[in-house]
Amino acid sequence: MNPEILSRLQFAFTASFHFIYPPISMGLGLLMVVMGIQYLRTKDPIWRQASFFWVKIYGLVFALGIATGIVQEFEFGMNWATYSRFVGNIFGSLLAAEGIFAFFLEGGFLGLLLFGGNRLGPRMWLLATFMVVFGAHFSALWILMANSWMQTPQGYELATTQWGQLAYMTSFAEVVFTPSFIPRLLHTWVASWMVGSSLVLSVTAYYLLKKRHIEFAKKNFSLALWFFAVLAILQLFVFGAQMAISVTNNQQPKLAAMEGVWESQSCAPMYLVGWVNEAEQTTTGLSIPCLLSILSYQNPQATVTGLNAFPQDTWAPVNAVFQVYHLMIDLGFLFPLIGVVGLFFWWRKRRIFEMRWLLWVFVLSIVMTELATLAGWWTAEIGRQPWIVWELLHTVDAVSPTLTTNQVLSSLIMFGILYAILFALFLFLLDHKIKEGPDPVDGIPDPAPLPDTFREIFRQPRASASGEVE
Amino acid sequence: MMSLNTIWFILFIVIITGYLILDGFDMGVGILHMFAAKDDRERRLNLNSIGPIWDGNEVWLVLGGGALFAAFPIVYASLFSGFYPAMVLVLLVLILRPVAIEFRSKQESARWRKLWDVVFFLTSLLLALLLGVALGNIISGVPLDEQGHINISSILTLLHPFALLMGLTTIAMVTMHGALYLVMKTEGEMQARVHGLVPKLMAAFAVTAVITAILMFVNGYQPTAVYQQIWPLIFPLAAAVCFGLIWLFLQRGHEFKAFVASSGMIACLMLSVAVGMFPNLLISTINESYNLTITNSASQPNTLTVMLIIALIGMPFVLLYTAGVYYIFRGKVQLDADSY
Repeated sequence: MNPEILSRLQFAFTASFHFIYPPISMGLGLLMVVMGIQYLRTKDPIWRQASFFWVKIYGLVFALGIATGIVQEFEFGMNWATYSRFVGNIFGSLLAAEGIFAFFLEGGFLGLLLFGGNRLGPRMWLLATFMVVFGAHFSALWILMANSWMQTPQGYELATTQWGQLAYMTSFAEVVFTPSFIPRLLHTWVASWMVGSSLVLSVTAYYLLKKRHIEFAKKNFSLALWFFAVLAILQLFVFGAQMAISVTNNQQPKLAAMEGVWESQSCAPMYLVGWVNEAEQTTTGLSIPCLLSILSYQNPQATVTGLNAFPQDTWAPVNAVFQVYHLMIDLGFLFPLIGVVGLFFWWRKRRIFEMRWLLWVFVLSIVMTELATLAGWWTAEIGRQPWIVWELLHTVDAVSPTLTTNQVLSSLIMFGILYAILFALFLFLLDHKIKEGPDPVDGIPDPAPLPDTFREIFRQPRASASGEVE
Repeated sequence: MMSLNTIWFILFIVIITGYLILDGFDMGVGILHMFAAKDDRERRLNLNSIGPIWDGNEVWLVLGGGALFAAFPIVYASLFSGFYPAMVLVLLVLILRPVAIEFRSKQESARWRKLWDVVFFLTSLLLALLLGVALGNIISGVPLDEQGHINISSILTLLHPFALLMGLTTIAMVTMHGALYLVMKTEGEMQARVHGLVPKLMAAFAVTAVITAILMFVNGYQPTAVYQQIWPLIFPLAAAVCFGLIWLFLQRGHEFKAFVASSGMIACLMLSVAVGMFPNLLISTINESYNLTITNSASQPNTLTVMLIIALIGMPFVLLYTAGVYYIFRGKVQLDADSY
């Protein structure tokens, strides 16, 4: 174990743990905005009840997201000092922009979102919700832009300085719109919305199974089911497909690793499951002929370039990339199926609400979408190896030269223990909130006396209209 | 015309000062959590006094990190990797503190709440200490070599007497600042109790700050060189005036003005240090020529220009949201059904 391997492990672990939460902040947040709009349109108290319930879960998720998010910003400098010097001009700018544009939006309005129910009228509370959710999406935009630059760098020049070779920015527009940015952004946003919808599906399916909060559960489930089904189909046929084309166009060795293609071939197959033997350079498994050529080049006869066309020292760990990619893609095939079957039985006289086995599938859907989202990230990041910045800087050369094995081993153990405790507490509190369920409709404060325009907010001597509650 | 590098030095100081003022009172409230608040209701009032704003306040630190990474990447890389063990501790504290705030009131059990009360207190205390120790090391200089690497054998190297004293001063400063914030946000018995603590905290801060300043000159740390001239003295003097104003306003019952004076004092102290450091960002104890300055550690003009435009677009929005949210949650803190 050397500092480099340990730093890789630590970054992979801390970033993966962090990445459990932001997709929920975006996806559940989007549904909360829709619920807020539904309440304003229909005045149906169930939507207000829903806002009060989901905001509690949102607060919990958001706190974990904040707590684990700052770690990455520090780790670039702590563990990857050479990388930080190399990309500071470019990558640093995008991180700083994320801070000033997105984090302040989230951080500023989070208090109004979490505590707005008792203090703001429905319209102003919805505005606060929208601002936080918009901030979460905006934050993802900057960080994905930064990641896309690492995958498909452009708009830079290399300069030799007293600190070694550094990348200088030549065009901000080119740095912003690298070739993989837009496909990656849309693919990740849609994945996050699916995670958010599946959380709502999972919780409400559980209520339906336990025969609790039936009216609440049916309304929320139906809304989330539509979102989930439509997004799952779009993800498979449009956004996921576009991402695959982006990898084909920009990172051919990564594509070859994802499907375990060793020799260049036309009519390349796509595997459903398989195993890559890296020693013998073979890939075996269940495959669909020509599908990879069709997906990558929209032409069954197109040639997919194999790994052997590239020097061996530029290959990613092939089997690892293959496996995480197929975990994602198999789940990605499954989601539209679940969504369409769900919609079918919803449409057939709402029979889905009585179908226990199908409801159990939806209870599990949050685990599946989270896993698919993580697997997608692992594909992108492990597939980029051995590069930290594609074809510019090796990960092995990017590590901080001053680190010792003991330092990184201690911090890795600390993060391991800390995150295990945090995750256990998170699940405990989440379970508690879910079992507690939504407050009864008549227990929710009447919105009428609450300030619901900017003028009312700034005229009131004090925004809180309610008394002290123990 | 001021150079881009100088502008970014100033902007960086402004961001860090903003962080110290805003998260400073959060830390103070956390440190006072175990002393100023006696029962569960008071602890909740204490927590909710910063409830809607602590997250926005912490963003200033995130922005500071981002600004350093973008504008002075060499400093960012050297500092964060060189201070690795200290940074791990900072992260531990930064992870646990928001979790304590968020988790504390989520269960009725007295033991659960007690546990997170202690975590909130300890993380706030430790964060103030670590920030002070870091600042102490930045003033005293670090073993920075020609390649910009900081080679420290163990974390104990960072814990020399001056740095520790700086840590204590920071603890005293944010606790005083937090107490003034609480005087503004609470009423009745709790307010009286916090009010009674203020003179002691002010005295503790004055004593530690004066000893720190004396030690700084006795040791002849590089930032003190600039005080051979007269004009930079205006910053520490202004800090002393603000300190006096805190007392004056408090005597006359102007709670808000006292808090503003305390914020002004923190800003003047940061400026006093910044003026001494300029144009250095990291001082080498090995050789003065290895210092990382605003010139040799900065990004290219292209990046600095783009970043300046981004800052000019973003900052008005940041100030607008911050002012709006503080305005909406102004006045004495109250507990609602959805409070922490």
